[in-house]
Amino acid sequence: MTVLHLKGVSRTHGTGENLVHALVDAELTIEAGELVAIMGPSGSGKSTLLNLAGGLDAPTSGEVLVEGTVLASLNKKRLAGLRRRSIGYVFQDYNLVPSLTAAENAALPLELDGLAAGKARKMALAALEEVGLDVKQADRFPDEISGGQAQRVAIARALIGERRLVLADEPTGALDSHTGEEVLKLLRRRVDAGAAGLLVTHDARHAGWADRVVFLRDGRIVDSSAPLAGADSLLEGAGS
Amino acid sequence: MSVKHSLLALLERGPAYGYQLRAAFESATGNTWPLNIGQVYTTLNRLERDELVEALPENDSGQRPYRITETGRRHLAGWFASPVQAADRPRDELTIKLALAVTTPGVDVADVIQRQRGATLRLLQEYTRLKAAEEHAELAWRLVLESMIFRAEAEIRWLDHTEAVVARAELPAPFPFAVDEPDSADATPERNRTRTH
Repeated sequence: MTVLHLKGVSRTHGTGENLVHALVDAELTIEAGELVAIMGPSGSGKSTLLNLAGGLDAPTSGEVLVEGTVLASLNKKRLAGLRRRSIGYVFQDYNLVPSLTAAENAALPLELDGLAAGKARKMALAALEEVGLDVKQADRFPDEISGGQAQRVAIARALIGERRLVLADEPTGALDSHTGEEVLKLLRRRVDAGAAGLLVTHDARHAGWADRVVFLRDGRIVDSSAPLAGADSLLEGAGS
Repeated sequence: MSVKHSLLALLERGPAYGYQLRAAFESATGNTWPLNIGQVYTTLNRLERDELVEALPENDSGQRPYRITETGRRHLAGWFASPVQAADRPRDELTIKLALAVTTPGVDVADVIQRQRGATLRLLQEYTRLKAAEEHAELAWRLVLESMIFRAEAEIRWLDHTEAVVARAELPAPFPFAVDEPDSADATPERNRTRTH
């Protein structure tokens, strides 16, 4: 099932001499159970693509569809509702609310959606447990936990509920190599369980976790690798 | 790769015969570098000649185990104590290919880089998948696998860097090789060729 579909999406900023083509005629589909990595040099349009996919920005031309719904067809309120219920975001700098505890941060999208506080907390604790956060950390504030733990909270918040599209912008940027890998494993696990994932990274080792890698240069998709056949083929190859 | 030192290291665990050594080597390296049994026995013979190992009497099933000697142990310790020299590593074809790509007429360097990056990234995806599938893999095999992952990553980073450098640089105009000018008007290309051979 196609979860995300970018149909001929372009985004320009400015006018006249200052016109910048941030993204040009991008075609991309992501199926449920698929993790796609976006790579490219700085300024190639990676974050623009991610913001458009998540409805945080609107295309100048073309359409963005999430689970078949054209985002531009929704009014502000309905778009916000779809973003809360269907799309999870993970950012490099976590974007946790500093005045809320880990559990409150994770529960935030559910509470904004009108779920009762008690029920939202219960689901938040389950989500925090799923991402491997010690239950003792649940009532701590963001500045009382480590970067790795904060990113786990951010991932719990992104995955809570029935999110079917997870967008991650350099989610391991500020983390050490081992913790970064743990974060990618969490993302991978969620995608394997049926979500669609879009991961922006400049780090090839992290793109290695994806099923498909899309390269961007100057706002254009210049190359896209075919989905992997599976590791068995490599094992066979290694012995020959 | 040093088969000689690998066998010495394995024999440090205890006496073993050829097939056991091959199996242990392949298990530690996840079949990344398959060894043929002939290579194992040839190396054992050389090690025996150099008194780094000694052959033990044949066992009941006709297998002849080898044991590391004190000299072999010292030799092995020396190997672990010395860094691998750059000169011991094979020449890198990719580096040579790109060095030639920037000086060869008609080659699209960006395209060469992109193709290579795609291929290496694909390898990296496959290694990562193997690693994810073998969460409880033997430590030695995990190290080998991670080494391949980091090398692939380094190659991609180098390609990214090269791409940026090439994009900014003015590519040198390919220069033809100097051709000996004929000394006089009656010199023909055929005569030139004869002269140079």
